[in-house]
Amino acid sequence: MSQEHEHKVAETLDALGRAGTIEAVEAIRIEALGKQGWLSGLMKTLGKMSPEERQVEAPRIQALRTQVADALAERKAVLEEAALTAQLVGERLDLTLPAPEAPKGSVHPVSQVMDELAEIFADLGFSVATGPEIEDDWHNFTALNMAETHPARAMHDTFYFPDQDSVTVPASSSEAVGEKRRMLLRTHTSPVQIRSLVEQGAPIRIIAPGRVYRSDSDATHTPMFHQVEGLVIDRDIHLGHLKWTLETFLKAFFERDDIVLRLRPSYFPFTEPSVEVDVGFAVENGRRVLGGSGDDDGHGWMELLGSGMVNRRVIEFAGLDPDEWQGFAWGLGVDRLAMLKYGMDDLRAFFDGDNRWLAHYGFSAFDQPTLSAGVGAKA
Amino acid sequence: MKFSLEWLAEFLETDASAEEIAAALNRIGHEVEGVDDPARKLEGFRVASVLTAAPHPDADKLQVLTVDTGEGEPLTVVCGAPNARAGMKGVLGLPGAVVPANGMELRKSAIRGVESNGMMCSVRELELGDEHDGIIELPEDAPVGQSFADYHDASPVFDVAITPNRPDCMGVYGIARDLAAAGIGTLKPIAVPDIAPQGSCPVEIRTDDPAGCPAFYGRAVRGIANGSSPQWIQRRLLAAGQRPISAVVDITNYVMLAFGRPAHAYDLARLSGPVVARRAKEDETVEALNEKTYTLDPTMTVIADDAGVHDIAGIMGGEHSSVTAGTSDVLLEIAYFDPERIGVTGRRLGLATDARTRFERGVDPAFLDDGLAILTSLIQSICGGEASAVVRAGEPPVAPQLLTFDPALTKRLGGIDIAEGEQQRILEALGFAVDADWQVTVPPRRHDIEGPADLVEEVVRIHGLDKVQSVPLPRREGVALPTASPLQKIERMLRRSAAARGLNEAVTWSFLPTDEAEHFSDGAPLWVLDNPISEDMKAMRPSLIPGLLGAAKRNADRGFASSRLFEIGRRYFRVQNGASDEKPTLGIVLAGNRSARGWADGKAKGFDAFDAKAEAMALLEAAGAPVANLMVMGEAGEQFHPGQSATLRLGPKTILARFGALHPRTLKAFDMDGPVVAVEIFLDAIPARKGTAVFARAAYAPPALQAITRDFAFLVPVDLAAGELVKAVRGADKKAIVDAQVFDVFAGQGVPEGRKSVAVEVTLQPGDKSFTDDEIKAISDRIVANAAKQNAELRA
Repeated sequence: MSQEHEHKVAETLDALGRAGTIEAVEAIRIEALGKQGWLSGLMKTLGKMSPEERQVEAPRIQALRTQVADALAERKAVLEEAALTAQLVGERLDLTLPAPEAPKGSVHPVSQVMDELAEIFADLGFSVATGPEIEDDWHNFTALNMAETHPARAMHDTFYFPDQDSVTVPASSSEAVGEKRRMLLRTHTSPVQIRSLVEQGAPIRIIAPGRVYRSDSDATHTPMFHQVEGLVIDRDIHLGHLKWTLETFLKAFFERDDIVLRLRPSYFPFTEPSVEVDVGFAVENGRRVLGGSGDDDGHGWMELLGSGMVNRRVIEFAGLDPDEWQGFAWGLGVDRLAMLKYGMDDLRAFFDGDNRWLAHYGFSAFDQPTLSAGVGAKA
Repeated sequence: MKFSLEWLAEFLETDASAEEIAAALNRIGHEVEGVDDPARKLEGFRVASVLTAAPHPDADKLQVLTVDTGEGEPLTVVCGAPNARAGMKGVLGLPGAVVPANGMELRKSAIRGVESNGMMCSVRELELGDEHDGIIELPEDAPVGQSFADYHDASPVFDVAITPNRPDCMGVYGIARDLAAAGIGTLKPIAVPDIAPQGSCPVEIRTDDPAGCPAFYGRAVRGIANGSSPQWIQRRLLAAGQRPISAVVDITNYVMLAFGRPAHAYDLARLSGPVVARRAKEDETVEALNEKTYTLDPTMTVIADDAGVHDIAGIMGGEHSSVTAGTSDVLLEIAYFDPERIGVTGRRLGLATDARTRFERGVDPAFLDDGLAILTSLIQSICGGEASAVVRAGEPPVAPQLLTFDPALTKRLGGIDIAEGEQQRILEALGFAVDADWQVTVPPRRHDIEGPADLVEEVVRIHGLDKVQSVPLPRREGVALPTASPLQKIERMLRRSAAARGLNEAVTWSFLPTDEAEHFSDGAPLWVLDNPISEDMKAMRPSLIPGLLGAAKRNADRGFASSRLFEIGRRYFRVQNGASDEKPTLGIVLAGNRSARGWADGKAKGFDAFDAKAEAMALLEAAGAPVANLMVMGEAGEQFHPGQSATLRLGPKTILARFGALHPRTLKAFDMDGPVVAVEIFLDAIPARKGTAVFARAAYAPPALQAITRDFAFLVPVDLAAGELVKAVRGADKKAIVDAQVFDVFAGQGVPEGRKSVAVEVTLQPGDKSFTDDEIKAISDRIVANAAKQNAELRA
């Protein structure tokens, strides 16, 4: 009888060896170990045996069962592995093919530099102010101490709107009521000085970046460009503060400690004294790189910006007492700063919207200027 | 303004080199734009003597010279000048020298078979004048072998930008005064000659326009010979960039350039009757010295006689009475004109002259008599003649200005300590008178001095602006507050978000061609420039789309299959009172392919209106707009495709954005191929973020139970907007239904004509307890009932 069991086990193992599918293995399992399976049946016979008989038969039957169960599990594992391998082979992809690409966006250098300016000046306590680009001639000239016949007006290459577009100063205004003012495109960001002083009063620390317009077009001039105005009005502010502020700003902007400024007397109707600021540079690889004194060997001075102590008249025009309040202002080309820092050499390309230029000179959205990471974005 | 060092040295005693002077000029506010050193240009040219001259064996017009250069053997030089002859002295350029006039480097060469070791030079070749009839002939005593630069006493020429506030420095003497104050040498006093007048002036001189011409001084000089001016004047005028004309003209120019004092000389024979400064008559004309005829009007001051206008006062003389080589009697005019009048007249006539520049900025009103004396004396010594007595009509405004100055202001404004004695020295060196109480008398030539701050500027600029030391701005106390306005923060968020979404930021012109602006203005009045730089830059943009479309078109023309451009900038409108209303706006143009041909389906895919909607929604969300409450309404405007565009609004009036495909007419107007989609987000319409000013978010309370979803498929009329159906579905139970999304839209087979199938997945969020089957059924029934009001029936 026992011989018969061993034989049946051998048959089962043999069938297992031939089973090619998981389903065939499962059929064999049911035949042997299922509820109605012969091995399950054999197990049940143990209950009817005498203890002595059971002592002999139990280990034998148990061993047969283990032998079959192990063989079943092993065969199943082999078949599952083979099936998975076959499935994976079928799922093979040619990964040299391109993946779907997300378009790369960019931030324009002018915006990037304006954000850098705002960040640097925020650290110095300056807020960002704005004003209209379509201005009246009072804010753009008169209030900046350029009366109608002032020769400096003629030097501004101003874009004007027709006479019939002139505005009349409303009765609610504290300024000359009823006066006709010619409308124009602001030639500089300086009118924001007046507007901010009138609105906010003193003390004040602002920068005012924005678009400005001059009727001028050649390789280095475009009829529209960008300036950033700076204004500090407080008590006891003098030229030394102006120098420090510009030095501190330029060092932070160019991330160089060796920026050297040269102050030269100059003339602007809205400042007195007026100061032209030069910065030292060297030529490296055919490019002007700021740093060092312009008097050093191989260096020169570059005119960078105009500035000065705000003219008393301007402070009066803004409705403040010039004996109490004084301070300085400056105006600086943003596009030019961008070119000096990031190496563009053609201003006209700034305003063309050429995809290639935008991709080449533009900045990643994540190059947000911060003080902790450095306000500039390295190439 | 240009002047030579030797001219400056006539007024300034100094040992300073040209470099030192240039540096000092920069330091004190006279920007040096260049120093031209002719000595450098004349390197390699030397005084030489012609020993022999023989005809060239092979050329009729050439001669073969032997030339002594003062060292070594005489050189053979081939020369074509007719005046070359044995025994003369001239200027020889040696091999290696560069001819100033044409930049050619001389070298040893054979000319028609004869070796030539240099070139004998003409005046023009050395840029010393216009003459080119022959080679330079030097006097017999010229030392052979001396460098010509030394012999010629070639003097460096400064080109200095004089700021408009300093007309007193539009003459060499004024510059010498500033330099002397800055420690570069000693200023020499102006030598004003005594003129012994002979007889009274034969012409009556008057000013009938004391506002425009407060003072008109004149005198006649008779019996002159108006030949060419002497070399020393010509040389200085040439250095200053002025062409010598005739002795009298050159002398008036000389006085203008030396002292900043324009003057005019009339040919006395051409005048008739009194010479009067008066207003021009309407449509009166004058032929000016530039041979152009100008039509004048009564706002302009002129000098006229009985016959007509002879001078556009202070700007340009008339051709009729101009002095010529044949002139023997002249009337000299030295006047003071009102600066504003000169400026207005000059601008109106479009006439810029050296005289106008000086009068417009303000000449020295106290220099009329001295100027006239210097002018007369120069004419007499060079041209001979007898001077009449001076006639003085009117009076120049010479009343001195008195300022009370506090020397402590220098520190307060300039941030620099300068001893009072030094401040006084500087002011006095510049011609100010300073008394013991610091009452400062301003010289009348200094029109720019208006108050104490101007005196600070004088003191600081002469003392040295470079001595100002940096002083840190005091840091503001207290917590650092945001320094950007809410709008600026929105702009930053939008800019970085748009770039992160794959859009490229462009900056386009604020002005457009008028037709493009009108295409996008929707009838709003445009700002159109009076004096545009070109017709393409004439009207201020009412939309950001045209500028971006132009850029996209240029990119397409360069072969780019797609452009994704955005810009943040202003649109320009008007408010009621005519002032400018500048609306901050974000514009997007997506043109061409959204995706290129790919290996999966081999097809490129163009942008469609949903791409525009995706950008609009995402960016509005980035800007903090309440996007969940937005309504998609109406059409975006006539520039957009009527069936593929819409606005995004909060309520019927607050339009936050418009988006969609552009109208084929718009594309045609811009000569572009479609589809092109666009977005405009109106930043000023985005409501300010609500909420209290705290950082802490509301407490986190995730629902305890999981949400369940149910699908509903409806048959609806084809023209029912899916958004309306979703709104109806959501309205069925505003508490339980937390989301409803369309997941299928289908029309065609199996769907009745005139209907479409819209399937919606509804998400239900239970509160404390799970929904019972009855509750879910009740909600479902309400959903179906609400949908039915939109003429939607549940599909079987």
